[in-house]
Amino acid sequence: MTQQRQIRVELPQHLRNLAEVKGEVALTVEGAVTQRSVLDALEARYPMLCGTIRDHDTQQRRPFLRFFACEEDLSHESPDAPLPEAVATAAEPLLIIGAIAGGSMADG
Amino acid sequence: MSKVRVLVGTRKGAFVLTSDGKRKDWQVSGPHFAGWEMYHVKGSPVDPNRIYASQSSGWFGQVIQRSNDGGQTWEPVGNKFAYEGVPGTHQWYDGTAHPWEFKRVWHLEPSLTDPDTVYAGVEDAAIFRTTDGGQNWSELAGLREHGSGPRWQPGAGGMCLHTIILDPSDPQRMFIAISAAGAFRTDDGGKTWKPINQGLRSQYIPDPNAEVGHCVHHVTMHPSRPGTLFMQKHWDVMRSDNAGDLWHEVSGNLPTDFGFVIDVHAHEPETIYVVPIKSDSEHFPLDGKLQVFRSRTGGNEWEPLTKGLPQSDCYVNVLRDAMAVDSLDQCGVYFGTTGGQVYASPDAGDTWAPIVRDLPAVLSVEVQTLP
Repeated sequence: MTQQRQIRVELPQHLRNLAEVKGEVALTVEGAVTQRSVLDALEARYPMLCGTIRDHDTQQRRPFLRFFACEEDLSHESPDAPLPEAVATAAEPLLIIGAIAGGSMADG
Repeated sequence: MSKVRVLVGTRKGAFVLTSDGKRKDWQVSGPHFAGWEMYHVKGSPVDPNRIYASQSSGWFGQVIQRSNDGGQTWEPVGNKFAYEGVPGTHQWYDGTAHPWEFKRVWHLEPSLTDPDTVYAGVEDAAIFRTTDGGQNWSELAGLREHGSGPRWQPGAGGMCLHTIILDPSDPQRMFIAISAAGAFRTDDGGKTWKPINQGLRSQYIPDPNAEVGHCVHHVTMHPSRPGTLFMQKHWDVMRSDNAGDLWHEVSGNLPTDFGFVIDVHAHEPETIYVVPIKSDSEHFPLDGKLQVFRSRTGGNEWEPLTKGLPQSDCYVNVLRDAMAVDSLDQCGVYFGTTGGQVYASPDAGDTWAPIVRDLPAVLSVEVQTLP
């Protein structure tokens, strides 16, 4: 039987507004707790977030977003690598962060 | 009594401005989607309570919002814009081949007959369509696959498809414009497209008379004369009387013919408006004077309209989708600036007053005339 785990995710303000949530999001993840399984669960529950954190097709993280947890930058870890045990046990949230740089300067 | 609703997209959110038919006292609602770039907000001509909005961000990508109650509440709908097949390459700024990449939706054009059908013009240039109210989007790939795509290149704002015009007399005919590729027309509902740039002359490309490569800033049409098009090109104001097959210049006595916006009076198909901008390297009005120019002769003869507009120390820009007209008996004209002002004229441009002065930079202005 696949194990279910409750985990916590903290979204940036603009995505909290888009998903109409306040504070952290609590999610149930089946099986291994990885970036991919957490984002799968997040997008299943809040489909309006599809495409805003990772590309619809390639599933690659959008370039100006970062994944932090337990005071570490996990952004460049494999999406299938296990997240820290503290995230898997909900002792710590997975933080999805908008990078300081970004935006656009389009004119015209 | 009739009302007007002005839909304003800005660099940091959307605003809805409403007034009665006098267009003197205004209510301001917003910011909606605060902090996001709102490239375009436009209502359905057949159901004015149905409004679509393009919401985007360098961090979070593209979102499409839909309102069913005139902009009071919104819901996110589909945001997947996938090019058909292998999208290939276009020219990059340095002339090298660059792969097509979706960046954002610049323009949303709701169908003239069905509130669930909307066309989207995107960067990198392509046109998409939804027929289910925005849930799913499909590319009309015949445009991008027309054959000249490898020669298209981005303008300063990116390689955007920014203008979509639906012909009210022929549902199979549409016009689009891309910066910097030029204007295109389909006569078969979007399956095939032809460039309609003959007569344009652009000295910033190797062959000034090339079939594609022109930096068209905006095109407009009066619905009663779908064969007549007016264009603000990078430089030059142009006119075609045969649905784009051939263009001729109508810049006439304009003090500068660089600019972004162009629009047509709601009831006078030969009355057109532009906002001259000093140059492609100085995106602000000449001499710090914000002037709308009106031609009542379909071009060539232009008069400055200045009453109520700043006539000193004004250095804002007016971007390509930031002018619109209402269809009240006395036509109202509206435009927004990169300085955050939205100006309204209830008398076809004779006098102007700001509705708001301090919004974020205005990207687009649309108007709905309501019963």
